[in-house]
Amino acid sequence: MSTQYQRGLAFTEEEIFGRGSPGRSGVDFSDGGFEDIADPAKMLPAGYVRGGLEGFPELSEPEVVRHYTRLSQWNFGIDSNMYPLGSCTMKHNPRVNEAVCRLNGFTDLHPYQPDEDCQGTLKLIHDLGRWLCEITGLHSATLQPAAGAHGEFAGLLMVRSALQKRGDARSKVLLPDSSHGTNPASAALCGYGSVTLKSGANGKIDLAELDRLMDEQVAALMVTNPNTLGIFESDIVKIAKIVHDRGGFLYCDGANLSALMGKGRFGDMGVDVAHLNLHKTFSTPHGGGGPGAGPVCVTEELTPFLPTPMVVKDGDKYKLDSGRPHSVGRVHGFNGNVGVLVRAAAYILSMGPEGLREATEAAVLNANYIKARLKEHYHTPIEGNSLHECVLNDKYQNEHDVTTMDIAKGLIDRGFHPPTIYFPLIVRGALMIEPTETEPKETLDDFCDAMIDIAEKAKADPESLKQAPVNTIRRRLDEAHAARNPELRCTLCS
Amino acid sequence: MNFPEKLLYTKDHEWTLIEGDIAVVGITDFAQSELGDIVFVETPEVGTKLNVGDSFGVVESVKTVSDLYSPLTGEVVEVNEALVDAPETVNTSPYADGWIVKIKMSDTSETESLMNVADYKSLVKK
Amino acid sequence: MRFIPLTEKDRKEMLATIGVNRVDDLFADIPAEAKLDRPLNIPGPLPERELLNNFSMLAFMNKPVSGERSFLGAGAYSHHVPVAVDQMLLRGEFFTAYTPYQPEVSQGTLMAIYEFQTYTSALLGMDIANASMYDGASSLAEAVIMAKRVKKKNRVVISGLVDPAWRKVVETYVQDLDIDITTVDGVNEGVTNIDELSIAANGSSAVVVQYPNFVGCIDDLQAVRRVCDEAGALMIVATSEPVAMGVMTSPGKLGADIAVAEGRSFGGSLSYGGPGLGMFATKQKWARQIPGRLVGKTNDVDGKPGYVLTLATREQHIRREKATSNICSNQALCATASAIHLSLLGKNGLQEMALKNMTAAKYLAGKISSLNGFELAYKRPFFNEVAIKIPAPAETINKKLAKDGFVGGFDLSKTYPSMGDSMLFCATELHAKNDIDALADALSGFEV
Repeated sequence: MSTQYQRGLAFTEEEIFGRGSPGRSGVDFSDGGFEDIADPAKMLPAGYVRGGLEGFPELSEPEVVRHYTRLSQWNFGIDSNMYPLGSCTMKHNPRVNEAVCRLNGFTDLHPYQPDEDCQGTLKLIHDLGRWLCEITGLHSATLQPAAGAHGEFAGLLMVRSALQKRGDARSKVLLPDSSHGTNPASAALCGYGSVTLKSGANGKIDLAELDRLMDEQVAALMVTNPNTLGIFESDIVKIAKIVHDRGGFLYCDGANLSALMGKGRFGDMGVDVAHLNLHKTFSTPHGGGGPGAGPVCVTEELTPFLPTPMVVKDGDKYKLDSGRPHSVGRVHGFNGNVGVLVRAAAYILSMGPEGLREATEAAVLNANYIKARLKEHYHTPIEGNSLHECVLNDKYQNEHDVTTMDIAKGLIDRGFHPPTIYFPLIVRGALMIEPTETEPKETLDDFCDAMIDIAEKAKADPESLKQAPVNTIRRRLDEAHAARNPELRCTLCS
Repeated sequence: MNFPEKLLYTKDHEWTLIEGDIAVVGITDFAQSELGDIVFVETPEVGTKLNVGDSFGVVESVKTVSDLYSPLTGEVVEVNEALVDAPETVNTSPYADGWIVKIKMSDTSETESLMNVADYKSLVKK
Repeated sequence: MRFIPLTEKDRKEMLATIGVNRVDDLFADIPAEAKLDRPLNIPGPLPERELLNNFSMLAFMNKPVSGERSFLGAGAYSHHVPVAVDQMLLRGEFFTAYTPYQPEVSQGTLMAIYEFQTYTSALLGMDIANASMYDGASSLAEAVIMAKRVKKKNRVVISGLVDPAWRKVVETYVQDLDIDITTVDGVNEGVTNIDELSIAANGSSAVVVQYPNFVGCIDDLQAVRRVCDEAGALMIVATSEPVAMGVMTSPGKLGADIAVAEGRSFGGSLSYGGPGLGMFATKQKWARQIPGRLVGKTNDVDGKPGYVLTLATREQHIRREKATSNICSNQALCATASAIHLSLLGKNGLQEMALKNMTAAKYLAGKISSLNGFELAYKRPFFNEVAIKIPAPAETINKKLAKDGFVGGFDLSKTYPSMGDSMLFCATELHAKNDIDALADALSGFEV
């Protein structure tokens, strides 16, 4: 039943620089009928004319297509196989999304065209914002932030502005020790210091600790719910009360919204501001690291502070509104990663209310199934009910000198992308597994079989795991060498 | 793991060798082994004035970064320039070639608050 | 639901393995007051066919520009992107991959990004470049913040001829970072006033100019370099149209310490402004100060060359509140697209593309300024955009152009009231002589 990994052809491929033959190109241009061809030497000031583009390739289209096709074959995507990166929500990227976002009505729209020319895109942005507010139980949204961290920044700026308006400037944010690194980095960008909140033994926020640290200098508590252990903060309503009673705001990192759609809403839990990751929960592709989109949903109280321009509905027309005196300002040069917003809107419409709830339930069922199948083979460092992801570690395998890194590389040899490893930081040797709802049961079983096989190999033949991966185009890479002697570009090119 | 008798230690896993009013400072064998392959050492400028506990630099491995804290009050009089090109020396020779800074102490009595090797060994055991 | 494979039979078996009766039991930790006891009030589900129809209708509500009939640039330019670029991006191994944290199965993304870093640093004439930022505007904001890290001074000087939207983003980014912004004018001359810049630069960490600048002219970067040397400030050069680098001397060669750009013109589309592509380049000596991800070259255990994410200790996931930036997700796929586009263009193609832009813009400038009542706002060199004084408000003219099926230029009078009625016209390789003649015909009704 298990899908065995097979080796395929992998081509050797050199970097593209300096390749090809003089005179070759992969593009052509029409002459345009101009008689007077510009001469840079005459048109530009002395010293501003470029000599040339040394080291740039000179290749025809077939050569370039082959180069990037070969590179793609060195990559692993969700299309290749299960990609259970915890907190990253590597779900299937529906192909219809790619079709609709490429309609030229969307792609060939200039951001400075008048609003009446852009009603389709403006309506889409407006409606998507409404849907995200309904899903999160919050009041209004900005879709300008280009990624989760960008959303955190915008969200915390709004908190800061709201506090300033109250005449209550504060100096720091509270963060659980299981939080994403972007949280403290975003806080710093807003001029806030960070104070770490030590999690309780159950992996959740410790109310006594919160009570101790939540003082009048705390602008916000930033939680992730469910947290990065995949555990729901069941005291969230009490947490919100403590924070609000002392004048702070409750920020929720929506990275794990996949566990809650249609089941529970941030707003109903007392959250004031939350960013979402459309490239996680709402199926838009990660693209090897981006582009994403990090919309921020807020309560009515924080609404005046949303970034500008805002898309607003005026009668039956949509328009960009820049006249918002309390706004934190603009966070993107134009209107955010609009192409990503189109994909996410298509996903929500494909799914509908029942579909989103079903996705959440399947994601949670899949994670719990994996946990149930693996708990005898891998240590579960923190007891608790998992939602859409589960955290294991390498404690049992350490007895044979096998680490989380070896387990991850062993999974690669068995045809799976590894889970998130060594995060959250509060678990030593963490393996954070998020299968998502788009994996069939057969694949979940294959994955568990591979994990169990690795656990057995750890006892019987640990050396085989130390050697892994052996089936890839490259084996373990020397990261220390890369950092000691940074070689960040090809020097042929200038 | 090696912890020389003649050195004094801190809870931040640094060692100090006292030579008159000069304190040579580096990180311990335990610290370098916890960090793994060290790829970069950031050192302060000569002349920097330090109080006890001031952060004066960082040691970086591939996936972690660790602040260096001054064990004593004084002024940086020399830094180990060789670490710029060969940070791995901290891994291979933490107590000799891998030293990081020399501090001219303003109060030699502060050395009394540092740990001896026995105390440090018991700290590492925890 | 077509994206969810689980069947009822699967669910039953899985629940039995887990040891619970119902899926809802798995959500027991959500307190009653936070549980949603009704369906979400959102539309859908739509079958694929209906979804396609629905989005076709939405797209139809827009009036997209055909590049040949649009003369609007101002930071977002219409270009022809070879079809092969998007076809390559649609390789699932590229677009459905995550950040290349596991290098052995991510060599494709890593090499493509390494190529992007190489192209970026070469085009901008800098030692190194990062793996991308959100857009040109946020790249500029990060550059300003980096300059404070390097120079430890709390003031930055920005030319008023830097894209106004980018300046707004910079203001947003630095508002709580104890960085003051001094803006230096120059719009009446079309170039940043170097004397004022020199006075303002004293005691600042950086001086920011745009190249070519927002009104299409070319600032005296050599003079800006001298100003920076005198003030001990970093020179930051921003570029919204890096196609110009096919024929123009790079910012690095002209003295930039940090060069940032909006790279959408390579491999991207207008898409109402996003996704964009932030390019960020600087000198090798500041490699550890740079924001965002970096790909580096190394070897595997068998000695074969390969690529990894490197110098990661600068980043948020390791250094948290002391990170050089909060950025995590960047614009990797757009960076890949730009590398593919630049590879197709190659050495001669990029130069030719740049020349085509310049040729069309030169013709446009001559043709429009020959109309009575239209004149060049500046008698200065330009690349593919030119500021033109017009005989009626831009809004009036653009409405008429829209009726004739054109998208007119950017209204400069709103940003720079002292310019009066004036417009920034852009021409690219998409425009033929006929297209510009047709524009001139449409404008001739406004002649005075």
